[in-house]
Amino acid sequence: MKRKIGLSEIFLAAVMVFVVVVTLYPFVYMIAVSLSKDIYVLKGQVTLWPKGINFKVYNIVLQDPRIGKAYLNTIIYVVFGTAFSLFITSFGAYALSRKDMVLNRTFTLTIVFTMFFGGGMIPTFLVVNGLGLVDTRLGMILPTVVSTWNLIIMRTFFSGIPKELEESGKLDGLSDAGIFLRIVLPLSKAVVVTIGLFYAVGIWNNFYSALLYLRSSDLFPLQVVLRNIVLAGQVNSAKVTSVGHDALVVDESLKYATILVSTIPILLTYPFLQKYFVQGAMIGSIKG
Amino acid sequence: MVSINIDMSVIRIISQNYEILVFDEQNQKSGDCCGDMDGSYYKSESGTSIDERRMPMENSPAVPVQTDSPPMKVSWVKAFLKKLNRSKILLLMFLPCLLFYLIFKYLPMFGIVVSFKNYNLYKGIWDSPWVGLKYYKLFFHSPDFFKYLRNTFLLGFYKLIFGFPAPIILALLLNELKHIVFKRFVQTVSYLPHFISNVVVASMVLMFLSPSSGIVNHLIQLFGMQPINFMVKPEMFRGIYVLSEIWQHTGWETIIYLAALTTIDPLLYEAAEIDGAGRWKKLFHITLPGLVPTIVILFILNIGNVLDIGFEKVFLLYNPAIYETSDIISTYVYRTGLGQGNFSYATAIDLFTGLISFIFIYSANMISRKIGENSLW
Repeated sequence: MKRKIGLSEIFLAAVMVFVVVVTLYPFVYMIAVSLSKDIYVLKGQVTLWPKGINFKVYNIVLQDPRIGKAYLNTIIYVVFGTAFSLFITSFGAYALSRKDMVLNRTFTLTIVFTMFFGGGMIPTFLVVNGLGLVDTRLGMILPTVVSTWNLIIMRTFFSGIPKELEESGKLDGLSDAGIFLRIVLPLSKAVVVTIGLFYAVGIWNNFYSALLYLRSSDLFPLQVVLRNIVLAGQVNSAKVTSVGHDALVVDESLKYATILVSTIPILLTYPFLQKYFVQGAMIGSIKG
Repeated sequence: MVSINIDMSVIRIISQNYEILVFDEQNQKSGDCCGDMDGSYYKSESGTSIDERRMPMENSPAVPVQTDSPPMKVSWVKAFLKKLNRSKILLLMFLPCLLFYLIFKYLPMFGIVVSFKNYNLYKGIWDSPWVGLKYYKLFFHSPDFFKYLRNTFLLGFYKLIFGFPAPIILALLLNELKHIVFKRFVQTVSYLPHFISNVVVASMVLMFLSPSSGIVNHLIQLFGMQPINFMVKPEMFRGIYVLSEIWQHTGWETIIYLAALTTIDPLLYEAAEIDGAGRWKKLFHITLPGLVPTIVILFILNIGNVLDIGFEKVFLLYNPAIYETSDIISTYVYRTGLGQGNFSYATAIDLFTGLISFIFIYSANMISRKIGENSLW
């Protein structure tokens, strides 16, 4: 069939190109500025491509001890937090997916209720404080270890696994834990990866817990350090001026470089992991 | 508020799941009730009794108890205990999860009691003296009461008005795209900002809008106008906040609509084409009606979230110069509670928001149930 390209097709394509540009341009711009020579940045001449490419600001950012430490902290939180979260969530979700568990319905309602009502910021803080978790690494992990949303996605997925498979395991004398570990889990690799990624990104981006529960700068994750440098403007100027040759380093380039350094793991892995994220959202939505 | 980046935004997609939950419960109800002793409780959907399936591995095979056995009450307890014994491994697996919810979700709910006391960190909750509704009255009578209420409400309201239709429009446009590779590319790109942290987004906003070096002001100067110091103008804040939210989440929120669009029967489109319907006719008579249930449910959930706007983003974007429009209840709670250590007062204010949100979502649900058949519960 012959289709002529109508006005609406062109309009549609234009809107889509606009969406793509609006989404990506900020990143392109930040990369361009952070790689450009100071003089062009100050004149405001950098728009799309870096002018006078150099990596000076990245040297400064990567040598900043605060950023190195924060990176390490964030990685610790992400690795241990994701492991804990996945463990607790997957076991809990499997138990909830089993309708024959005693009190199943009560537990489900108990959990769903927390999506609509909660104690709020201060009472939660008081509980965390009372448990002695304030200003500890566990304080960054435990109060957010289970996300109700992720728990429900997993539960939904596990409920969709054919009961016959579990029954055959039962006949072979497996316990409930055995059925989960040997039959259900191997069938659920995709959902485990997806939920693991959701948790990992959530912890990587978590600023709230750090703001509320952390006090000492030794424990600060990347997000807090980033905020202190970029938003609160704590640029270590002594360090900047001591860089040498052309003494001036543009504050702007430095901040963009800091933003990029802390976002690069997400930007680089996103294209490859994207399908898992979408999968997660789909499990959550389609089955209804 | 936990792990806010993912949860608060995807919570809008929960609707479908909620339906699943409700559905499950109904399923269960049929087998539930007190008829446990005849073993009907153990019937799975496939109709086979789990009793039978379990027999080979149980020490004492579960013999279905006949109804002529001892009084109701005793057998109910017995059946319950038997069931408890049977699911002990499952319960053990669920235990860490349950502990999390009890400690970090339900304990704080009881912690709300501090808002009725004059809480002192050193005395603890029990020993602090009761003050009744003092802090609630204090908040109602404070001159800033309406300011916080207005700021919170308006920010949420604008986000709802402008942020809610955005993903619907984008999803409909994406749905019209015929070129699959291009469509997938646009989708992939548009989901990206959802995974960028609020700190980074706020940093970008502040730097792009900076009066001296921001790119937005470079552009403005290019057109021969004076640079604008956006972040000290109170009237600009709501627009900036809503736009940044749209930029960050619109793409991601299209997923659920796109999923709903795939469930529309293609036969309907074919039939419409045969009847001579054009692109717009199909959009208004097939596509949109097909999306209505999803839209309604997401709308209810969004209304429930009107007052529950993200603390992080506002906290990162605002500054004292624009408190007049940007200081919302949750940021005020943070400053009062953790900044000044006035825990009781802060909790009282916070509970106030929680209750209003609850009323919002409840009434939105009531209204939609009156109007049509779509509702959360």
